[in-house]
Formats: sequence, structure tokens, C-alpha cells
Amino acid sequence: MLAQLGRRAVAGAAVVVGVVTLTFFLVQVAPGDPVERLLGPSATPAQLAAGRRALGLDRPVATQYVIWLGRVARGDWGRSIATGRPARDVLADALPATVTLVGLSLVLSYMLGLALGAWQAGADSRVDTAVSITTVTLFALPGYWLGLMLVMAFTYWAHWLPAFGAAGLDADALTGWSRYADRLRHLALPLATLTLIGVGGVARYARGAVRDVRSQPFVRTARAKGLSAWQVTRRHVARNALIPIVTLVGLSLPALFSGAVFVEAVFAWPGVGRRLVEAVQARDYPVVMAATTVTAVLVVTANLLTDLGVAWIDPRIRHGSRVT
Amino acid sequence: MRRLLRDRRAAFGAGVLAVVACAAVAAPLVSSGHPAAQHDVVATRFLPPLATDHAGGFHALGTDRFGRDVWTRLVYGARISLAVGALAVLLSIAIGVVVGAVAGYWPGPVRTLLLGLTDFVLALPRVVLLLLLAALARPSALLVIAVLGLTGWMAIARLVHGEVRSLATRPFVEAAVALGLPGVRVLVRHILPHALTPVIVSAALGLGNAIMLEAGLSFLGLGVQPPAPSWGNMIASGRDTLVNAPWVATAPGIALVLVVVACTLLGDALQDALDPA
Repeated sequence: MLAQLGRRAVAGAAVVVGVVTLTFFLVQVAPGDPVERLLGPSATPAQLAAGRRALGLDRPVATQYVIWLGRVARGDWGRSIATGRPARDVLADALPATVTLVGLSLVLSYMLGLALGAWQAGADSRVDTAVSITTVTLFALPGYWLGLMLVMAFTYWAHWLPAFGAAGLDADALTGWSRYADRLRHLALPLATLTLIGVGGVARYARGAVRDVRSQPFVRTARAKGLSAWQVTRRHVARNALIPIVTLVGLSLPALFSGAVFVEAVFAWPGVGRRLVEAVQARDYPVVMAATTVTAVLVVTANLLTDLGVAWIDPRIRHGSRVT
Repeated sequence: MRRLLRDRRAAFGAGVLAVVACAAVAAPLVSSGHPAAQHDVVATRFLPPLATDHAGGFHALGTDRFGRDVWTRLVYGARISLAVGALAVLLSIAIGVVVGAVAGYWPGPVRTLLLGLTDFVLALPRVVLLLLLAALARPSALLVIAVLGLTGWMAIARLVHGEVRSLATRPFVEAAVALGLPGVRVLVRHILPHALTPVIVSAALGLGNAIMLEAGLSFLGLGVQPPAPSWGNMIASGRDTLVNAPWVATAPGIALVLVVVACTLLGDALQDALDPA
């Protein structure tokens, strides 16, 4: 088990290095020059050349890569070309916002989705169909569009919730409860957007998993030996249905981060996704690299944790026998 | 096949896709004029749905801020969305089938290498990659197809690999090999036709996904560029006018959701029909 985990960790590290390397070269060969954007259209060729030299952009890409790796190893992520702030600070400011949003929506999606899917799997066929139609539709909603629709309904029509940012303009003047309330009100719409879509996916999957397990012979046996419905569900159905569902958590995290990129763009949520989109558009190499690295590390870590979770639930995997 | 025909999900999915595809193909017939046509901007902008403008033009879904007919843009946008989605999925299938088949049929370092590559690309954060690749060159529909195709083949490669590997040990394949047929011929003529059924399911689900991602990229301004209409850039352009002209962003979004739901239901129904367990 430990050896297996070690192998996965090494593979994960390889993925991170691969993503970072690939990104570095992709951004470098992309047309568009950060210096041109920084100095504006009136800059002379000499000024542009001086700017490139100052940022080290005139060297061969491979050399730049080695220099960059060396700096990162020492904890120096470089400075944002666009704003001059250290890229590490830019990311350190953005990360909590993304983790809050993605983390909360993951928890909510799974709680609501599992409950809905499990209930649906046991409901009669008319309810089942109705819920299925709902979850398929939720799952098909593009986050940026659902976000806009929620803004239209709750901000423009109902005037209940703010549409943009993570805190109001007067947030610094607020204290105590009103400060938290302000945060929550700003969180509501982006969180609802990501969660609604997540619930659709999780419920669809949970319904399938629960149905599969219910049709297994061991569930019939458990019923036949006189266990109550609750005991059958808890001891036999839930535990077995959890295996594919925990795997899904790992698989859905990258999707959730992807979704967060669009949702952050719509709601001007100050997270990693929004910084990444801005940095890509501005060819802000250091910030692009830092944001990509952080995303890759988060996704790979999540996958590792998922493997651990599955092994913890399923003794067959924990003890090394293959499950087919 | 009979199972599929009886399945209401399949009927709905195929029906919606057929209607949208027909509307896209027949766009000039079912709409009024050019999708980027602007007449008298001041007089025709932000007309609500079902309005008739001063020149007698009827706008079933209203007009946007330049007085362009939303319905016309929607059906022309369907051309782009469907074509980009379908071509991206075809590209994914082509890459996935080749990689999966080669990895499944020839053991040894080639298999290890290809499977390693598949796992690696599968672990890459797709949207980050999409953003970067889309920023690589001038945004265009072709680029979006390439980007979506190049980041969407891994699941298909894995499916085909598994199928090919299990089929390769079957007696009819051994018979073909014993007859002295070359490896490529055995693979293409005898194995692949049996390995492609799961690919169809994957294609249906992938189509919905590709259409959604195309719209997403265009929404962020990294895909199809205005004035060419794409559902994604239509939503983006309606974003600023949510208050006074909500129909501009609502209509393409509903179309998008309908098509993605149709693909998902069709994929589910195909899955059940092909795998009746």
C-alpha cells in the first residue's frame, strides 16, 4: 500500500513538473510581448530592447527556464510584469478566495447531490424521471451563463445580493457581524452557481452507484436475513456505493477548478482563476507560471488524497488485491 | 438498436440535435438576413422579443445593442457551435483511436510510452491548458477545434486500449493472425470494428462537452471572435445589457443548455442500449 502510494506521489510530482515545463515553453512561444504592453505603443525599439534585457527576456528560452527553476527552488517566483508585485504575493492573496469558493462548493455539492441521488434511486419511477431531468439540466448549465442568470434575478430584479467581488467597497469600515454578513452576501451567488452545477453531476452519479449496488446479490441476502432497510442501506449499500463516489471527488476537483475559472471571471471573484485569465491576456509570465503551478499542485494533491480515501473505504484495495 | 428507438431520452436527444442541426444548415432560410447585419442602429437596438421594427422586420427573439437580430445570430451561431464541437470531437476520436489501438495491440515500450502519455495529459488541468493554447495564437474557430481536440482524446484512448487488448486474445483474431495477415490489417479490419461501440457513447458525451467549452472560450474572448456569432460570444455581449435587454444573453444560453442536455441524454441512452447489463 505504502509503496503504491509512493509511486503515485512520484507520478504526481512528474505531472506537476510536466505541466510547469509545458506551460513555460507555451507561454514563451506565444505571440504577444509583455514589454510592449508594459511600455505602451509609443515606446522606441531601443526602449523595448532595454526592457526585455532588464526582465531577462532576451535570453534563450531554455536558459530562462533554468534560471526560473533555480529561483523557484529558492522560493522566488519573480515579480509580476504588469504590476511589479511579487508573483508569490499575488497568488497568496488569490488562493484563499479560490479555496474558500471551491472547497465550500465541493462540500455542499456532495452533501446535496448524494442526498438527492440516494433518495432518487429509491423513489418511484415518476419522481425518478423528474429528478433525472432536473439533474441533467443542472449538469449541462455553463457556469458563466448560470452566473449571469442568477445575477439578473437576484441582483437586478430582486436587489438582494451583490453581483461582483468578494467584499463591498465599505468592507474595511465594517466590523463584527456586519463584516461577515457582507462576505457571505458576496459569496452567495458564485457559490450557488458552482454548487448547483456540482449537485447535478454528483446526484446523477450517486443515483447510478446506489442502483448498481442495490441490484447486487449481497444486498438481497442482507434483506433476506432480516436486516432493517436502514441497516441494509448503511452497512451494505452506502459503503459499497461510496467507492465510485470518492473516486468521483478526485475526478471532479479539476472540473471544479475549471468551473471556478469561468465563475470567477463572471463574478470578478478575486481568486486564482481570475488572476490566471488576466495574466494570460497580459502575457504576465511570472504570474501565469505561479498560477499554473499552484493549480497543478492542488489537482495532483487532490488526486492523491482520493486514492488514499478509496483505499481507506475499500479493504480490497488497502490489502493490495486487485479489484476488477 | 430497438432498445434505443424505444428510449425516450434517445428520442429527445436525437430530436433536439436534429432540429438544431437543420436550423444551422438552413440558417439563411429560417432567419432574416446576415447575422452581422446592422440597419438603423438607433431605431432597431434592444427591441424586445416578438417586436416588429420600423421597417416591418419581425424579431422573434429581439435585437441586441447593434440592432442585430438575435434569432438570426442564434441559428448562424449554431453553425459555428455545432461545427466546432463536432470537428473537435472527431479530432479527439481520431487521436484517441490511433493511440488506444496502437497501445492495445503492440505490447512493450510503445504501449508503456503511449499509456504514460495518456495518463499525463489526463492529469493536466484542461482549462488552464485551454487558456494557454488559446492565448498562443490569434483566437479563431480553427484554433479552438485544435485545442479542444488535442485535450479531449484521453478517455477514448483508454477505452479503445482496453477493448483492443481484450479482443486481441479472442479466437477470431488468433485465426486472422494464423492466416498470416499483417498486424495492421488484423487491427484495422478485425479488431477495431468491434472496439468502436464504446467510442460512440464517448463521442455523444464529448460533443456536449466540446460545445460547452467552445462557448466558454468564446465567452472569455479567446475563441470565435465577434462579429462572427458564436453562442459563447453572444452570451458575453449580452452580459453588459442584462438589465435592459436580458434576452440577448438568455437566448443563446438556453440553446446551449438544450444541446448539451440532448447530447448527455443521447449518450446515456446509447450506453444503456449498448450495455444492457
